[in-house]
Amino acid sequence: MADGRTIEIEVLRYNPEKDAEPHFQSFQVPFSHDTSVLQGLQYIKDRLDGSLTFRWSCRMAICGSCGKMVNGRPELSCHTFLRDYYPGKVRIEPLSNFPIVRDLVIDQSDFLKKLESVKPYIIPREDKDVKDGEHLQTPRQMQQYYQYSQCINCLLCYAACPQYGLKPEFTGPAALALLHRYNADSRDRGWEERAELLNAEQGVWGCTLVGYCSEVCPKHVDPAHAINQNKVNSTMDYFGVRKFLMPRGGA
Amino acid sequence: MAQAKTYVRPMAGWWRRNPYFVRYMIREGSSVFLAIYTVILLVGLYRLTQGQAAWAGWLAAMTRPISLLFHWVALITVGYHAYTWWKVAPKTAPDLRFGGRPLPEMIITVGGLAATLGASVLIYVIVRWL
Repeated sequence: MADGRTIEIEVLRYNPEKDAEPHFQSFQVPFSHDTSVLQGLQYIKDRLDGSLTFRWSCRMAICGSCGKMVNGRPELSCHTFLRDYYPGKVRIEPLSNFPIVRDLVIDQSDFLKKLESVKPYIIPREDKDVKDGEHLQTPRQMQQYYQYSQCINCLLCYAACPQYGLKPEFTGPAALALLHRYNADSRDRGWEERAELLNAEQGVWGCTLVGYCSEVCPKHVDPAHAINQNKVNSTMDYFGVRKFLMPRGGA
Repeated sequence: MAQAKTYVRPMAGWWRRNPYFVRYMIREGSSVFLAIYTVILLVGLYRLTQGQAAWAGWLAAMTRPISLLFHWVALITVGYHAYTWWKVAPKTAPDLRFGGRPLPEMIITVGGLAATLGASVLIYVIVRWL
């Protein structure tokens, strides 16, 4: 895979059984034009230090497993190439704002709890039996939520959100974008069931519109837009006028 | 399941770690000058209700070099704040679609900036010449 060039990769290492705190370790990695940062890490694990621990799966930017901080920016490491950093070095850290389990592996259990809390499934508008057929939807109705349904739960947006780092109780970009995805679905009637969470301090009001979440999202979900348009919905809900002004769940 | 020992990284100095966050802090910080300017303007209004001498005193205070310096700094920072305000406006706007397509973010930002500039020029003309 190499074409004669080598690049320095600095990796944040943390072994919970030995280390009081993490430290950087440097490796020289041969690479070529098409070597991804993930392949660089795999080279280290296969040839230089088998103890290096990191998550990955699909290698094609759809599974959402391989997110890392690459030179301080949240990236999918399979979607980021060593050539773009050469001749400089690449510094790889686990995703910011999450506790480190080991090396580049973070503990995402807090996110999974939050994801569950937004009821990320359709709460049907009409009770229909399976034998009565599908819940029909026009292409235009689908466009209302399609973008928000493209989330792959890679957590880059959480690593980009200083509010989540400062106040871990904040529900955060991806979970709130998915909350909006279901509220915006014409087949769903779950607004009221999700309202308490959306309206809360740790819901949309926990966001101060830094906007970096939308900047780093590899799927162009635009969580900042999902959250901030719901501040208007939340205000209307507070004054009890949402139902009259936004009969379609604010979407 | 036993909870594994984890390491939580400190947040101290978080906004200095990324130029994006530095710009965010400048955006938020620039609103402080807008708040101070508003207070000065309200004081002026209050002095106006207290009679001619009080109003003349406030006007005189406004021409002092320190006051002029503040107003120049406030004009620049508020101008920057207005720019950033319209830059993030597409995120706070409702989901605007025309013919099923989302309105390009650029149109909201440029339209808002043009409206701000137009309103500012209009107010300046009214205050200065009318």
